[in-house]
Amino acid sequence: MLRAALDALSIWTVPVLVAGIPLLGLARGVKVYPVFLEGAKEGFAVAVRVIPPLVAVFVALGLLRASGALGAFGAAVEPLTSRLGIPASVVPLLVIRPLSGGGALGVVGEVLRADGADSYAGRLASVMAGSTETTFYVLAVYMGAVGIRRYRHALPAALLADLAGFAASVLVVRAMFGP
Amino acid sequence: MSIVWVLLLAASFAAAALGGRMGDLTLALASSAQGAVTLSLGLAGVMSLWLGLMKVAEEAGLVRGLAFAARPLLRLLFPEVPPGHPAAGAMVMNVGANLLGLGNAATPFGLAAMRALDELNPRKGVASNAQVLFCALNTASLQLVPTTVLALRAAAGSRAPGDVIGPTLVATACAALAAVASAKLLARFFPAPAPEP
Repeated sequence: MLRAALDALSIWTVPVLVAGIPLLGLARGVKVYPVFLEGAKEGFAVAVRVIPPLVAVFVALGLLRASGALGAFGAAVEPLTSRLGIPASVVPLLVIRPLSGGGALGVVGEVLRADGADSYAGRLASVMAGSTETTFYVLAVYMGAVGIRRYRHALPAALLADLAGFAASVLVVRAMFGP
Repeated sequence: MSIVWVLLLAASFAAAALGGRMGDLTLALASSAQGAVTLSLGLAGVMSLWLGLMKVAEEAGLVRGLAFAARPLLRLLFPEVPPGHPAAGAMVMNVGANLLGLGNAATPFGLAAMRALDELNPRKGVASNAQVLFCALNTASLQLVPTTVLALRAAAGSRAPGDVIGPTLVATACAALAAVASAKLLARFFPAPAPEP
């Protein structure tokens, strides 16, 4: 029931916004079309401004993956993580999740396939991936769009949030589904 | 960011040198750089659409209305943003779109919020406390239904793909709380330089 309501919400929201906002604008006496064009004109500029920081982040991550550095890190922390209740197959997710959204989905897909979707590892990987974001991508896009080069405490704060998300995932999934 | 970036590159170089994978690096360089541009240009269309709609919503007073409704929470989290400032409206739209899982819509609203926050930022090029907190919140995946993960689970033959929704919500809430706490607490250890004259 709740599920159906949430599904309907996801399907209806975008169309309602796209139709509703211009309608509301018209009702309020806004010159909807020229105002829309004025706003839309900036879309391309924003996309172009985001290219340099995205290239920097994507290249760094691509190299980390291709060089085997990511895999080596996973192997190095394995003894610690297995004691915390994180199966070896899920460990790469801890590193990849903040770095690459596509990469993270790849890891989750692999865990679901190898360990089973309804296994402890499968559920843990699902919750971890669903409760955190691609931190480096978000920071590169958001900060890059306004030309910020000094992030100050944004990276540590965002990574601590990821860490909290991961820790909570382990605790909740362990409590609900057991290892 | 300079140090982080150089560290990532140096670690890759070292790992490739040790593992004899130098050739893979060159391949990865080209495909990663290409991927970044493809993604940015892919954003342009959706971005234009939502920035246009956002402008209409702003002129119609909708954004201001939403920001008004969320005023108590915003004042608590972002004391430096005056009530009724466009940044407040854009941030509310961004969080709303995130909650509904509309990633494509959330990003343009988020970028609009970052630009509006930058108007309040006395030091261009250096992130303000509000910008750091807003970014940190956005990295906590505030989503009611993790649609992509559910799709993956269903595709992998799960008997109950939705049984992770509850745990995911709890974990997301913890991540968001940690984002707010660490953004607020760490601010004093990362002082911004004096404002430009």
